Amino acid sequence: MVTIYESKPVHETKPVLSRRELLKRGGVGALLVISGSAVISPEHAWGLETSALKPETMATLIQMARDIYPHDQVPDKYYAIAVKAHDEQAGKDPAHKDLIEKGIADLDLKSGKDGYTGLGWEEQRVAVLRDIEDTPFFQAVRGGLVVGLYNQKEVWPIFGYEGESYSKGGYMARGFDDIEWL
Amino acid sequence: MAAPFDLNNDGVVVIIGSGAGGGTLGNELAQKGIDVVMLEAGARHEYEDFINDEWDSFAQLAWTDKRTTSGDWRVAKDFPNLPAWIVKAVGGSTTHWAGASLRFQEHEFKTLSTYGKLEGANLLDWPITLAELEPYYAKAEDKLGVTLTSNIPGLPGNNNFKVMKAGADMLGYRECHTGRMAINSEPRDDRNACQQTGFCFQGCKWGAKWSTLYSEIPKGEATGHLEVRPNAMAIKINHDASGKVTGVVYADKDGRLREQKARIVAVAGNSIESPRLLLNSASSQFPDGLANSSGQVGKNYMRHTTGSVYGIFDKPVHMYRGTTMAGIIRDEARNDPSRGFVGGYELETLSLGLPFMAAFLNPGGWGRSFTTALDHYDHMAGMWIVGEDMPRQENRITLHADIKDAHGMPVADVHFDDHANDTAMRNHAYKQGSALYEAVGATRTFPTPPYPSTHNLGTNRMSEKAADGVVNKHGQAHDIKNLFVSDGSQFTTGGAENPTLTIVSLAIRQAEYIAGQMSAKSI
Ligand SMILES: Cc1cc2nc3c(=O)[nH]c(=O)nc-3n(C[C@H](O)[C@H](O)[C@H](O)COP(=O)(O)OP(=O)(O)OC[C@H]3O[C@@H](n4cnc5c(N)ncnc54)[C@H](O)[C@@H]3O)c2cc1C
Ligand code: SF4
Repeated sequence: MVTIYESKPVHETKPVLSRRELLKRGGVGALLVISGSAVISPEHAWGLETSALKPETMATLIQMARDIYPHDQVPDKYYAIAVKAHDEQAGKDPAHKDLIEKGIADLDLKSGKDGYTGLGWEEQRVAVLRDIEDTPFFQAVRGGLVVGLYNQKEVWPIFGYEGESYSKGGYMARGFDDIEWL
Repeated sequence: MAAPFDLNNDGVVVIIGSGAGGGTLGNELAQKGIDVVMLEAGARHEYEDFINDEWDSFAQLAWTDKRTTSGDWRVAKDFPNLPAWIVKAVGGSTTHWAGASLRFQEHEFKTLSTYGKLEGANLLDWPITLAELEPYYAKAEDKLGVTLTSNIPGLPGNNNFKVMKAGADMLGYRECHTGRMAINSEPRDDRNACQQTGFCFQGCKWGAKWSTLYSEIPKGEATGHLEVRPNAMAIKINHDASGKVTGVVYADKDGRLREQKARIVAVAGNSIESPRLLLNSASSQFPDGLANSSGQVGKNYMRHTTGSVYGIFDKPVHMYRGTTMAGIIRDEARNDPSRGFVGGYELETLSLGLPFMAAFLNPGGWGRSFTTALDHYDHMAGMWIVGEDMPRQENRITLHADIKDAHGMPVADVHFDDHANDTAMRNHAYKQGSALYEAVGATRTFPTPPYPSTHNLGTNRMSEKAADGVVNKHGQAHDIKNLFVSDGSQFTTGGAENPTLTIVSLAIRQAEYIAGQMSAKSI
């Protein structure tokens, strides 16, 4: 079972994480920590428990998701939610597990000795992704994100999309024609 | 009172499909006292059940049974199993539709005479003229309550329209208004006025927009002459030795095959399913499918030359607020070959919510070029291009050789290649759309590729001569006189206008004809 859970703030938890590991992962924007079978964001107090995929794989997937659809204003949590379906599917379908694990392993291999998340700049990681963009692995991850990321109601306000409006009486009295700058 | 008819009642008219064509025909016949059984593949959802959420609504209403694609159109690559965005539900695509209701122009009924022969295009004049259809257009506009016709006030302009209008003025366009819309600007015909909800494509929860689901069908049912059978997927039309059709085999909600006997059969499953059904009804007497002596069934598939232009501005627009398509520029709809193509196009306001924008802005696109566009979603304005595309014999619906649906019926393959005229028109429209937004201060514009087809036309076309098409000017099969086609697949050519008003007008006219023929006992 995969769950995204709100974890305790960082000072209350002690993730099993070596200092070296921390530094290694430090190059990448937001800090994700592997603890047991979970990916944890100590700063933002959430965690993602994996069951079929390796937690390291999940952490790399989250980074990959952000590099495919980078929105600097969207926190990692939503990328994590967007890719967690791959863990669920991997649990049911060994072929899918294989696709993702091998895809990530290949991505790491192509990225040099510190792997994909060891590449410090988005451009560097994107260059690796461009290399594999026609593979079934990349297409499975990208394709899943289109709905997985953008169909989360929680991210809509970040983009200024207001969603459902019927229960609020539509926009008749809520600014359907409120443009002022024309 | 909905009248249930017996399967063996061979006096009924069986209509396949409950959308713009079938739903209208069914009510019109019922009003004349003619008994109708309407078979609808999809379920019945009343308008209160519609969902203000793009993907959930899509799952509720859209036709997602498998189809395949081929050809050079981008949809085949991006959405290989979703060539069309249309509906499988009572009401058909009039649940999803946006309500733009335009009459064809005179020359659009005479494209072969007006444009001349065009290499690679199978142009043909319609067997009817605008003058013949005008009285029916007037009836249809009254039925749908089309704004800006006969004293029905226009809809108020929303933000997206205001941006379009400002740009249209800058470019010197003259004919820009909030559109002829089958959406109530004030309460009418037991329907509410539009509340600017902005989910027209997801089914109007206010019932402000015309749909056969809650406009035509309940009226027909009230006569006691119309029975709608949801979850009834027609698979084959049967005929007798004399070549007349006698009934329709359908799979009911439990997948059991039944046959409904019929005096007359009218096919209105939209332009992919209608030819699929005729082709699948092949018999030893009609080895190429029903009504197909011309070989034209399934051919000349048209989908309008479409595309969208989105623009990003440095200030907010909130295009998604309010009526999705209440805004139009008609200046480019004329036929003016000096632009480098024949025929014309309309520009109409369009907005997608964030989930659909992500799926359709640039399918397959990724990286910052893509995401920075979405970052400014609330600063975007959008418009849709809808223009006349060229009928081509090669653009066609065929039965897939191997893949079958849940009922064992071969799925439809949709093949489409753009004609050079389509491409030239689309490029012209992209340029005009971008120029319009830039004139209002857009900092970036996006020529967005066509979505899966919402307008599907031409695959059982009307023709004067039996050799050139499938049906005559009443939608009656040239080959089989008690078989009719009642949807957009009858269109000889597509015009620049959104098709539904013409589909409804033809259905009203066809109902008169069928009633006349029945009382004359000629069918
Ligand atoms: C998002 C969207 C927006 C649109 N906006 C506009 C607009 O603004 N203006 C405009 O003019 N048009 C618009 N359209 C197009 C319009 O909806 C269609 O042109 C019109 O509804 C077509 O009518 P029809 O009768 O041919 O088919 P439909 O309305 O699609 O109805 C066909 C029905 O037949 C059923 N069916 C199919 N096969 C079978 C079978 N074998 N057995 C039983 N039932 C079957 C289907 O389930 C369906 O319910 C829009 C469409 C969409 C999807
Ligand atoms: S904007 Fe108007 S027509 Fe469209 S869904 Fe809302 S109320 Fe209905």
